[in-house]
Amino acid sequence: MTDEELRVSKIENGTVIDHIPGSQALNVLAILGIDGTGGETVSIGMNVPSDRLGRKDVVKVEDRELSQSEVDVLSLIAPAATINIIRGFEVVEKHRVERPETVTGVLQCSNKHCITAEDEPVDSRFEVLDDGVRCVYCDSITRENIAAELLI
Amino acid sequence: MRHDHITSAKQLSRADIEGVLDRASEIAADPSAYADRHEDALLGLMFFEPSTRTKMSFSAAMKRLGGDIVDMGPVDSSSVKKGESLADTVRVVEGYADALVMRHPSEGSAQMASEFVDVPLINAGDGAGQHPTQTLLDLYTIRENAGLDDLTIGIMGDLKYGRTVHSLAYALTNFETRQHFISPESLQLPRNVRYDLHEQGSSIKEHTELDGILPSLDVLYVTRIQKERFPDEDEYQKVAGQYQIDSELLENTKDSLTVMHPLPRVDEIAHDVDDTDHAAYFEQAHNGVPVRMALLDALLGGDR
Repeated sequence: MTDEELRVSKIENGTVIDHIPGSQALNVLAILGIDGTGGETVSIGMNVPSDRLGRKDVVKVEDRELSQSEVDVLSLIAPAATINIIRGFEVVEKHRVERPETVTGVLQCSNKHCITAEDEPVDSRFEVLDDGVRCVYCDSITRENIAAELLI
Repeated sequence: MRHDHITSAKQLSRADIEGVLDRASEIAADPSAYADRHEDALLGLMFFEPSTRTKMSFSAAMKRLGGDIVDMGPVDSSSVKKGESLADTVRVVEGYADALVMRHPSEGSAQMASEFVDVPLINAGDGAGQHPTQTLLDLYTIRENAGLDDLTIGIMGDLKYGRTVHSLAYALTNFETRQHFISPESLQLPRNVRYDLHEQGSSIKEHTELDGILPSLDVLYVTRIQKERFPDEDEYQKVAGQYQIDSELLENTKDSLTVMHPLPRVDEIAHDVDDTDHAAYFEQAHNGVPVRMALLDALLGGDR
C-alpha cells in the first residue's frame, strides 16, 4: 500500500479504488450504490496529493468487490482509477479500469431536447469517447461533469 | 443502398450519395419511366412539427412513383395529443404503410423510432439534429451547378441549431471540399458536428464575417437566423443584419457563384438576388421531388 492509502486505515477484505480524480469520491460511492444506509464500512480520502493526478481521492469499501458494470461506469468519471482487491490485508488483485465501448442505462443525456428525455420506452445509450461520452440517439457529446448525468 | 432507415447523413457513404443522385438525374430526365414504379406502395407521413416543402415534396415524390400517401395529420388531432409515446405511435403506423417519413421536435427521435419499426423510416428533421434528405437534394443541386469535387463552399447563418447545416457539412466530407462556416459567435457549429468534421479530417474554417472569403466561394449556402435564438429583438436585428446578402454584395463574387437556401427565407437573401444567375434556391426546392423519388425507389426496392 502507498503512503497515501495509509492516510486512512488498512482494510482486511474489500476493495480499494485509488487514483480517482480529486473530489469525485462521493460520485464513486453513488455509482456503487453506497449511501451509508446499507451498513458498509467505507473510508474515503479526498484531495490527497498525487504525483499523477495532482489531487486524488481514494475510496475503501470493506467486504465488497465491484461488478463489471460498476467498473464500466466508474471508468467514465475516473478513467485513471486502479482497483485493488484486498483479502487478509493483502492486495491480491490490482487492475486499472478499462473504458467500455458503450454504456447503457446509467447516464442521462445532457441535451434536454434529446428524445431520451421524453417518456419513451428506451434506455439511454452512449458511445464512450476518449474524453467524454456521446449519445447514440441525439449525437450530443458530454465531456465536463459526466457525474452530474448519472442515473444511479 | 444497403440501409433500412435513413436517420442521419452520417450513415451515407459517397457511393450511397452518388447512387441516389445518379438515380435522381435519370428520374429528372425521364419522369414518366418511373410513373408506375411503386403502384401499390403507401408512404406514411408523420409530421409532429409543421412542414411545407418537405412534406409536399415527399407526397409528390411518392405519387409520381405511382404510389400514395397516408398522413397522420397535425399533432393537435392525433393520438399524440392524448399522451401516446412516439415508440407506440410508430409501431402502430408502420402497419399502415410501406415506409415512413417522420419529422419530430426531439433530437434523436428518428434514431429511436427506427429501432421500433421494420419498414424503412426516413428522418425529415429531428429538432436541431439532422435532415438527411434535405442534404441529398442540396448535394444534387450543388452537383448540377458547381460539381461536388474541388469545391469551395461557404455555409452561413444559424450553424448551431440548423439541422440542414449539420447534415450537409458531414455529407460534404465525402467529397473534395473546402468548407467555410460563417456565423455569429453564438451560433457556431455545435461540438458534436465539429467533432465529426475533425474526425473526418475535413478542412473547415470558421468566420464571423462573409466579406473576406466571398470572392473565393463556388457555393454560398445561406440559412435563416431565427429571432428566438436571441435574448431580445435589438440583439437579433443587430446580428442578423450582418448575415444578409443582396445583389450588390454579389457583384464581388465569382460569376459562377451558386447561392442556395433550404427555405423558407425571411430577409437573409434580398429579393433582388432572385433574378440573378446566382440564385439556385427555387431550383433546389424543386429538386426535392426527383431526389426523394430516387431515395424512395431505393428504399422500396426498385430494381436498377
